[in-house]
Amino acid sequence: MQVKTTKENGMNDERYIRNERMLSPEENRQLRSFRVAVVGCGGLGGYLIEMLARLGIGHLTVIDADVFEASNLNRQLFSLPGNLGEPKAHEAGRRVKLINPDISCTVVQQRLNTENAGDILAGHDVICDALDNVSSRRAVEASASRLGIPMVFAAIAGWYAQVGTVMPGQQLMNKIYPEEVEKGAEKHLGNPSFTPALAASLQVAETLKVLLGKEGVLRNKLLMINTLDHEYQVIDI
Amino acid sequence: MVVTVRLFATLREGRDKVIQLELDSGSTPGDVIDQLGISQKDVAILLVNGRDGQMDQVLSSQDTVSLFPPVGGG
Repeated sequence: MQVKTTKENGMNDERYIRNERMLSPEENRQLRSFRVAVVGCGGLGGYLIEMLARLGIGHLTVIDADVFEASNLNRQLFSLPGNLGEPKAHEAGRRVKLINPDISCTVVQQRLNTENAGDILAGHDVICDALDNVSSRRAVEASASRLGIPMVFAAIAGWYAQVGTVMPGQQLMNKIYPEEVEKGAEKHLGNPSFTPALAASLQVAETLKVLLGKEGVLRNKLLMINTLDHEYQVIDI
Repeated sequence: MVVTVRLFATLREGRDKVIQLELDSGSTPGDVIDQLGISQKDVAILLVNGRDGQMDQVLSSQDTVSLFPPVGGG
């Protein structure tokens, strides 16, 4: 079955029809002009990339230096028994093409650090932090701030997650990570399938609101998620 | 004086979620975590009465101290 397209804007009419009530037609069109970088293509990143591609964000840059391992299969959306050993960023790029041929995708198989982050992240409208270590998160936050790009943060550990948005000039990492800490509670809790999916969904909602200039962004705030006791609270940070 | 301590996520393991502590006047959140056997590196976010707090700030009677561990996975 063919997906119907309109000649005026080249968009697939039917593809976005379920987005067209919660966003205005103009907002939906706008999504095609945005560029979003997803740093990390693992637990959070896989779900982020999947959802951003289905929303129709015009350009995605997907960044990860690692390859898939068997221990990723419990939660990382793009990991499969058949692609273990393959670079995560390449598999993410392949998935984007399969999901949505309307949008473009740049694949970066590198680890971001203070030297290369500026060049890789420049020119994006939002950066989604889907990393798994504090020093890389700090490097991305510093680059995002220098470049004037909002960064949407999430971190997970077992039953727990945190989500927030860092606007340029603000700092989050030095408020939520002690100086010597590189990993958090995930070091002994690990991560299941559902926490990254939940946190990534909230990151996508934040990303969409930032891109479209909507209210209700978690600016100077952090959403603390506890799925074990079902406690969800927003704290000022 | 009595302060209320609210523990979150993994800091609850082996402890209650909400603890009432009897402390000497002049006590700080640093004293609270020592008394509870929590290491300072396991506390990422410290709130006093819902606002950003410091380990060495002097607490008042009826204050609420909230402690969150670092969460960093992706």
